[in-house]
Parts: sequence; structure tokens; C-alpha cells
Amino acid sequence: MTALLDVINLQKIYPVGGGGKARGQLHAVDDVSFSIAPGETVGLVGESGCGKSTLVRLLARLHDPTAGAIHFGDTDLAGMKARGFARRPERAAIQMVFQDAGESINPRYTAFEAIAAPLRRLRGLRGTALQQRVEELADATGIPRALLGRFPHQLSGGQKARVGIARAIAVEPRLLILDEPTAALDVSVQVVILKLLMDLRQRLGLSYLFVSHDINVVRLICDRVIVMYLGKIVEQGPTAEVLGRPAHPYTRALLSAVPELTLEPPGPRPRLGGEPRSPINPDPKVCRFFGRCPDGRPACADSMPRLSPVGPGHLAACHFA
Amino acid sequence: MNETLRHVRHVLTENPVTLGAAGLFVFFVLAALLGPSLAPYDPFASDAARALQPPSLRHWFGTDALGRDIFSRVLVATRLDMAIAVSSVILAFAFGTLAGLAAGFLGGATDQAIGRLVDTIMAFPLFVLAMGIVAALGNTVTNIVLATAIINFPLYVRVARAETAQRKSAGFIEAARLSGDGETAILFGQLLPNILPIMMVQASLTMGYAILNAAGLSFIGLGVRPPTPEWGIMVAEGAGLMISGEWWVALFPGLVLMLAVFCFNLLGDALRDIVDPRRRS
Repeated sequence: MTALLDVINLQKIYPVGGGGKARGQLHAVDDVSFSIAPGETVGLVGESGCGKSTLVRLLARLHDPTAGAIHFGDTDLAGMKARGFARRPERAAIQMVFQDAGESINPRYTAFEAIAAPLRRLRGLRGTALQQRVEELADATGIPRALLGRFPHQLSGGQKARVGIARAIAVEPRLLILDEPTAALDVSVQVVILKLLMDLRQRLGLSYLFVSHDINVVRLICDRVIVMYLGKIVEQGPTAEVLGRPAHPYTRALLSAVPELTLEPPGPRPRLGGEPRSPINPDPKVCRFFGRCPDGRPACADSMPRLSPVGPGHLAACHFA
Repeated sequence: MNETLRHVRHVLTENPVTLGAAGLFVFFVLAALLGPSLAPYDPFASDAARALQPPSLRHWFGTDALGRDIFSRVLVATRLDMAIAVSSVILAFAFGTLAGLAAGFLGGATDQAIGRLVDTIMAFPLFVLAMGIVAALGNTVTNIVLATAIINFPLYVRVARAETAQRKSAGFIEAARLSGDGETAILFGQLLPNILPIMMVQASLTMGYAILNAAGLSFIGLGVRPPTPEWGIMVAEGAGLMISGEWWVALFPGLVLMLAVFCFNLLGDALRDIVDPRRRS
């Protein structure tokens, strides 16, 4: 099966400490490679600041990568500047649902206008065709038609989330990036929105890249999982493999932080101490997790571990996996 | 739309001072439009026999040293003073908003260049700068407008720049990019409409300042020249007569000038309440 999205050695470096000549290089996304098959849901997990948001914005072509390739179908999107990407035919094919649905709707747009914007621009729909398509999308995402005339500040969190989803699927993308779509919602609403997303995936045959902090949600809906730490992928593989037999110490620590309801008293949990290493001018020889890793050994400071197979389709970047 | 109207009515009736300011505004607009036809006397007609008469039923605001009716002159002057203020505010508004939008959105060298220009203007005491501009360019109404616009320009740039920079990486801008908006569409279709209400408030607030500035320039003898009726000149003409007891010559134009500034500042506050969605109930 050919991949829908194939990311190869993607890198994003931000210059920091300005004054014209940049002194530091912040490695936000460093040498990241993975692929997403058509119809597949891939989870992307990792702590705040690990580069998830930067990575998805590179893929959504909102930012330009420093190096690497983004193969989408037959085209390499990495070579196209983000500035001109709005006019590319590929623009419609990759869409995104934002974490803060309220903030992602222009405060001067009604729900109708928010959903209609991509249809006008990318599909050239006008008049009754536009009206019909927006109503169709409202029905598909469970927005009462009566609410289409409302402004974002007049909508509830769940309704805003639905508007954000309706807008994202309006132009029939092939890849939908979900950037913590439920993080800002009430628990009860989270479930409803997740159900809606799963339902839409099935009906529209979408591929999802699902960024989340919630391991339990990832376990539930993702086919494969990618774990990021300080700009690098430390582990990836099928969900059951990665979450069932985590090979990287960071993944183990991440999983142990998930609260569980069990009758037995919980066993010892690996806890992470200390602060993450700085992403600015990182030593290319030292494992990014070294210093915080409970299993760290001197070898970890001598060479950077590379992603290598630890099981079927399961890769981990640790010398001792 | 209906809701907006209801909100405007709420803001106006909530505070009687605001309602008073709105009433004054209507009065000033009418005076500016109809002033010359409403004036009971010819504002230029001097009559030595009637010089320096105190306020009476015939001459509500009294007469000046040349026997001209002060009420008529104050009324007729509204058009000129308003025209100067409005055109300078429009100029500063248009150029300031565009420059601030560009600085905030493009950043980098553009931001630096515009920022330094604004700093340079702000480095001068603004009224002295306005005096300098009018003195250098010549004593005309056009140059008063220009000078007033230039000293107001930095205020617009700073507000527009800050509001743009704050919004340019907002979620709805990213969403607009995903929806196929190019840079121009983002700038003029997304950012501009969102900062425009704030700029309108700014315009209303600087309007009073512009009136005061224009009158101030005329007061010190720059800009509008006698015998043109203009509030600043009239105050200047009456200033010397205060000591000898002819208080009405300076008082009435000064009072109207003060009311005009007062009116626009209050309206600016009300407009801010109308525009700010957080103040909506």
C-alpha cells in the first residue's frame, strides 16, 4: 500500500537570540520521518514543547521546514513555500482542526461564514450551492441550522468545535490534522466530539493525524502511535505494540503517568526528574533524553540512538531497547 | 444588525453624560453644515458703533472689538474647525492604520523602519513639531491639516501595529490560510476588519485633540488668518481684552471649543464600549 503522506528527515530550526546574527539554533523538529497510509489514524503524543505543534504546522504547510521532504501522494510539499501554498491545488487536501476552536474562528464571522470561507476560496462555491453545502456540513457535524447565523462568542465550546470540524472537512481533505481537538472541552463534550470524528473518518475515508495528550483516547482511536521528545521521534509503531510493550524509557514514563482505576495498589512507577535538555544547539552526539532518563548510561552521551526495529513495525530510539 | 442598534441605544441611555455628548455631536454637525445660513448676522460685518457690547438679547455672545457678532462668528467657525479636524483625522487614520498594519504583519525591516519613523516624530514635543511644520510649509489651512495629521500619525501606527501583531498568529489567521487565503487576503480580509473598530475608537478620541491642535495653531498666529472666523483666533483676539473686563470676546469661542473637545472624547469612550464585545450583555 502506498502511503498518503511520507515524511522524510523533516527538520525545522528556529534562529534564537537575535541581533541580526543568530547565536542559537532551536531544533524544534529534528530529523523526523514517518508515514501515514490512506484511511489510517496516527496518534502523535509527547509533552508540551516537544515539537508536536511545529511538526503539524509544517505538514499543514503553515510554516516552511528547514530541511527534509513531505511527500503527499506524488508531490513533495516541502519544496513549496508556505506563502504561496494557499493557491496550490494541494491546499484543500490537508486540513486542520485546531485546539482552541473559539480562537480559530474569526470573531467577526458567523458560523455560516466560517464554514463557507474555504468553500468560497478553494471550491469557488457561491449562492445556493454554497448555502446547500454549508447546511449539508452542518447536518453532518451536528450543528443545528438555526445556529449558523451566530457569532463564535454566542456558541458553546462543543458547538465551536463542531464548526471547526465542519470547516476542516468542507473541502474534502484527504488528511485531517487534529491538534488536540478536545483538549479545551468539557469531558462530556469530548466524548461526543470524538465519536463525531470517528464517525466522519469512516464515512469520508479520511486519514487522521491525531495530536493528543490523552493516552487513553489515543489507545481508543489510533492505529499507530508516534512518540516525540524534544523534536525527535523516540518511538513509533502500532498502538497495541507501543502502548502495550513500550520500548523507550520516555514512553514508559509517559504511560506510567496515566491514571488508572484498579483494585490492586499500583506498582512502582518510573518518574521523571529534572528538566528536559535545551532544544537550543543540542549536542548531536547526546541522546535527547539523557539526564532525565531513568536508564541513562554513559553510552547515551557518546552517540545519539537511532530509530531501530524492536518488533513488527515497531521502532524505538534507545540503545537499550 | 438589530442587536447592534439595541446595544448602541443601551450604551447611550445607560449614561446621561454620553447621551449629552451625542446631543452635542448632533448640534456640532448641524452647525458645521448649516452654520452660515443660521447665523443671525454677517460674521464679517464690522460696526464700530457696536464694538465690545456685552452679551444681550440682540447679540447673545456680545460683539468683538470691531463690532462683529460673536455668536454668528462662533457658529460659522464650526465648519472650518470641524473640516480641519475631520480631514486631518482621516489622513492620520488612513496612513497610520496602513503603516501599523504593515509593521505588525510583515515585521522585520518594515517594522524597524516604520518604528523608527514613529519614534522620530514622537521625539519632538508634538505641538512644537506642528508649529514647525506649518511655519516651514506656509500658513495655509492645508498645512494645518497636514501638521495635525502628522502629529496624530504615530498614535494610529502604534495602536494598529500592536493590534495586528497580537492577532497575526491567532488561530483564525491559521484557519484562514488553510481555507486558501493568501497574504493579501489575510491582511485586508482578516486582520484589517478585526482592528478597524479599535481604530475607529482611536479616531474619535484623537478628534478632540485635532480640534484643539488646529485652534492652538491659529491662536498663536499660525494657520488660519483673521478675519476668518475660527475659534482659536477668536480666543486670541479676546485674550487681550480679558484684563479690561470684556470677558465675553474670548470666553464664548473658548467654551464652544472646550465643548467640542469634550464631546468627542466622551463619544470615543462610548464608542469603545460599543465596539468592545466584552462590554456586551
